[in-house]
Amino acid sequence: MTDQPLSSAEAPKKRALPHINPVYFLLAALIAAILLQNPNFAEPTGYMNFLKRAAPLAILAAGQVYVLVSGGFDLSVGSLITLVVVGSSMLTNNDPSATLWVIPVMLCIGLAVGLINGLVVCFLKVPSLIATLGMMITLTGVSFMWSGGSPRGYLPDTFRFFGRVNIMDIPVIRMLPVALIVLIVVGFALYWLMHRTNFGRMVHAIGDNPQAARLGGVPVNRVRILAFVVSSLSAVVTGILLGGFAGVSTDVGNGYELQAITAAVLGGAQLLGGRGSVPAAIAGALSLQAIFTLLNFLGLPQPVRQVVQGLILIIAVALAMYRRKRTGR
Amino acid sequence: MSDPAMTTASKTGFRFEVWAPAILLLAALMIYVIIAVSTGQTQYLTASNLISILGRSIALGITAIGQTFAILVASIDLSVASLISATAVLASVIMNGDPAMILPAILAALALGGLVGLLNGLVIAKLEVNPLIATLGMSLIIQGCLSAVVSNFAGSVPVEFQLFAYGEIGGLPASLIFLLVLAIAAWVVLRFTKFGSDIYSVGGNKDAARFAGIQTDRVVVYAHIICSVLAAIAGLYLASRLRSGAPWIGSDGVYDLESIAVVVIGGTVLAGGRGGIWGTMAGMMIFSLIDSIFNVAGVDAFAKQVMRGVIIVAAVAFYAVRSKRMVA
Repeated sequence: MTDQPLSSAEAPKKRALPHINPVYFLLAALIAAILLQNPNFAEPTGYMNFLKRAAPLAILAAGQVYVLVSGGFDLSVGSLITLVVVGSSMLTNNDPSATLWVIPVMLCIGLAVGLINGLVVCFLKVPSLIATLGMMITLTGVSFMWSGGSPRGYLPDTFRFFGRVNIMDIPVIRMLPVALIVLIVVGFALYWLMHRTNFGRMVHAIGDNPQAARLGGVPVNRVRILAFVVSSLSAVVTGILLGGFAGVSTDVGNGYELQAITAAVLGGAQLLGGRGSVPAAIAGALSLQAIFTLLNFLGLPQPVRQVVQGLILIIAVALAMYRRKRTGR
Repeated sequence: MSDPAMTTASKTGFRFEVWAPAILLLAALMIYVIIAVSTGQTQYLTASNLISILGRSIALGITAIGQTFAILVASIDLSVASLISATAVLASVIMNGDPAMILPAILAALALGGLVGLLNGLVIAKLEVNPLIATLGMSLIIQGCLSAVVSNFAGSVPVEFQLFAYGEIGGLPASLIFLLVLAIAAWVVLRFTKFGSDIYSVGGNKDAARFAGIQTDRVVVYAHIICSVLAAIAGLYLASRLRSGAPWIGSDGVYDLESIAVVVIGGTVLAGGRGGIWGTMAGMMIFSLIDSIFNVAGVDAFAKQVMRGVIIVAAVAFYAVRSKRMVA
């Protein structure tokens, strides 16, 4: 981390393979394995449905990268997803035209949650692990309160449009899920913000060394708060997509925070900050989904999925640490 | 980690960090008394009631003592909840109602705890995997293996072993005395042994500790073994209390996150190297008092959860807001 300029000076000598993030090889290998198991996957319906299912997690992981790179954690995203789904079903109240104002309201809730997370971390100096854990508990409680414990009804089709609908009759690919369009738009925006703007560089700087960043003139608090806001907003988008194909319940978002962190870590994001990439996190999310799909095809039950996810998590990070030590980066 | 200017300044006179858990505990106790008196429910103020309040969080207390060791070495353990379920099920299946099998069951549970702790510690210390990820992965692995084998209450605990949870010694619950003994033992280890001071040095500054000749890897591994063995004991306690083991009792009690919250509310710093057992004990009492306050005040179950989240953050902010360091 500290000898960044040194390694970048050496970079031109050997620009070949080592610079490609290993997550892309992992993803390619997994997709090859799925194709071997199930040739139908090469059909548009196969891979488009896969991308549609993976889109929510990919967006969530892309948002989580911001907080991870800034050196924190955001554990509140799962409960925020639940709140978005439950809250939307309460607010729309089966009225299709309500979608138009409910979605902005949800984005505002996301904004507020991100702001509070960031403010608590920056000004009350509560470690983000605890701050967002508290937020997670609180938001779960709010979802229960709002729905009276048992959410009922369903979301109107206008709301489910984003997560569920496929645009048909498109040449070559035949169908295009709206969720995929959302993923591409949001993913590109987050990529641009992280890797092509000053803000993105500042997020990296405060994650790598907050003291140095502050002395270098980075508005550390503002950047950190914004990172939390980005993560929360991505959780709202994820919630809107998930509302499309999952039903309304108080446990839709359960476990998503950990899956998002897993995906980001698979994509090479470094916990405690300073390193991470949005496209690689999206690839990590796709890999995770591919692993689950593969396990499904192999007919393995849910508990095995858990074990595999746990093993992958540990092995991915152990390998990343090993690589980093060996290459001295 | 610690700011030298701050520690020297605070050594003279009143040390806020040392007294903060006691202040919080006192505040919680006062609120409890005030609410009980103002709502006219003075029957909640008897000593036996206060003891029963504590009795409800024995498992959390045992787990939190272990978690204190992990957090003091600047690590963390998210695998305790699933380990609690696993050891509870393991013990209750081995016992299966037969008093003769109590000892083997206890040994098996402790061995499982030791093994998990050893693996956690080795992955964290030798492979340098972030402790959060390592123990989270371990948690998924344990839970997955467990739910693949059992899906409901399995086995049963003989009456003799239920004494662990329901027995009384001199009017006090045996489990409460056991918790107190554990806490004293942990305090002695941390305060008076070389291993204890090694834990603080490794948590405070790992590189400095290594240069000072401390085998940091070994300290981290031992801390994790202690943490996991204590979680195994908590599992045994829960098996005894519930009279059987089920694969969800750990995750239902949210022992992983709650034990961390208890430790942090007790003033132990997540970054490691500062804190202690009595803070954790105070944190446990604060936690159970909060629950009782809600019960006495008759707060709605969902509102209770909302306030719980806010209180955890507020309690941690109570210490943290004065620190000059940056947190992430």
